[in-house]
Amino acid sequence: MNTPSLEIKELAFAYPDGNQALYGVNLSVQKGERVALLGPNGAGKTTLVMHMNGIHPTSHGTIHVAGQLVDSKNKESIKEIRSKVGIVFQDPDDQLFMPTVGEDVAFGPYNMGKRGAELDAIVDDALNLVGMSEFKDRPPHHLSFGQRRRVAVATVLAMKPEILVLDEPSSNLDPASRRELADILRSLDITMVMVTHDLPYAYELCARSVILKGGVIVADGSTHEILTNSALLTANRLELPVGFSIQ
Amino acid sequence: MAIKVEQENHHHGHDVGERLYLHRHSVVHSLPSHLKIVAAVAFILVVVSTPVTHWQAFIAYFVWLLSVVKIAKIPFLLLFKRALIEVPFIFFAILMPFFGSGEKIQVGPFDLYREGVIAGSGIVVKGTLGVMTAIILSTSTTAREILRGLERLKLPVLMVQIASFMLRYVNVVNDEMERMKVARESRGFEATGIKHWKVLATAAGALFIRSYERGERVHLSMLSRGYEGVLPHDEPPHISKRVWLIAMLYPLVAAIIFIAQILIGKM
Repeated sequence: MNTPSLEIKELAFAYPDGNQALYGVNLSVQKGERVALLGPNGAGKTTLVMHMNGIHPTSHGTIHVAGQLVDSKNKESIKEIRSKVGIVFQDPDDQLFMPTVGEDVAFGPYNMGKRGAELDAIVDDALNLVGMSEFKDRPPHHLSFGQRRRVAVATVLAMKPEILVLDEPSSNLDPASRRELADILRSLDITMVMVTHDLPYAYELCARSVILKGGVIVADGSTHEILTNSALLTANRLELPVGFSIQ
Repeated sequence: MAIKVEQENHHHGHDVGERLYLHRHSVVHSLPSHLKIVAAVAFILVVVSTPVTHWQAFIAYFVWLLSVVKIAKIPFLLLFKRALIEVPFIFFAILMPFFGSGEKIQVGPFDLYREGVIAGSGIVVKGTLGVMTAIILSTSTTAREILRGLERLKLPVLMVQIASFMLRYVNVVNDEMERMKVARESRGFEATGIKHWKVLATAAGALFIRSYERGERVHLSMLSRGYEGVLPHDEPPHISKRVWLIAMLYPLVAAIIFIAQILIGKM
């Protein structure tokens, strides 16, 4: 059997103020899979994501990324993990902090030790994947929200991650930008975990969904199965948009 | 029917932080930023070390400075408007001739102190030359390029990083502030006097907290991409002697004026 891209076992976590967010999460994502991580507000989705690249130290349980243990105490290995797990944050303004688009995309690979022509090629490649090549020298502030979201995806793709983690990728996008982003995401040959409240988006992009509630995975199955189980959805404060139905 | 409204004064760089830059194609614009910074500082040093009694030299400096402004295709009106920023600083210099002691001279209706006139005019003239030099630099160089120049001149990385983040987020924070203002006004608030300061102070506090939290999120996203304390920077490009010479003409011509003035004075 192949090594899974992401393997989380018995992950539990409490914030320093005593507020416990995760109560034993088990999740395994195979290479190439696209998984939607669903769940109501406050279910611990963001906390879970922050564990995947060791921003939150694992206090109980284990996480393996492509077979490698996420250990935030091991500086060398955490550097490697962070290049393997690409997180696209919800607000692109948090992610794009360099003066120009090109420099921002270069930030990750630069930290991984890439320089010169190799770095330039990586940047061009990543921008090309999201269709933003012509904006390379523009400051992020001049871009529309949808464009900034795409650049944020490119900044992470430039690190050639094993797994792409997207936090609410469709939020605040106009319908066309939302579809364009879906096209881009579908075109990428990469393992993906997508945190979202946008159920049709999950349906469109991910064959598999898991529901996180109260710090544990309460459902794991095909997106079709989960989204047609209305009792399950209701129990987890999830709802399909009015007028939207899945046969 | 589509109604089209022409935007006045459109130019590249209309953000906060890029407001000073005026996009033109000129020799001055195309010079590497760190050379421009060195040239500007050197010019100011020459000007400052010229004794103010050599007034002919200052006329020559102004003529040379204005020719550079011309070469940089910066409108004179813009130059003079921006130079007004020094007015509060030279206010006291203008007062100097009226207070003091010693020899007095009669200028028109005023009875002025000689020492004061010399010191005051020195500050005004040298200050104006310095401010105008800074205006040439900031008008012909984007804020981003100035930062790059400072980096190449080995300014501490931390300072450059802080300035660079400020440049990036001043727009974001400004937009946020603008939205908060619109939200306040939409609920009928209008800041008219001191009794509204409490509301404004609360809003400033909220903005501070939001910016602080954003800072934390930005830091998280940087860590996620392997940040370890260094921002990427490009290797300094090779600069030919010719380009160096062109950039250094600015202080060099001033130095020649200075030396010529001294030689003439000795004759």
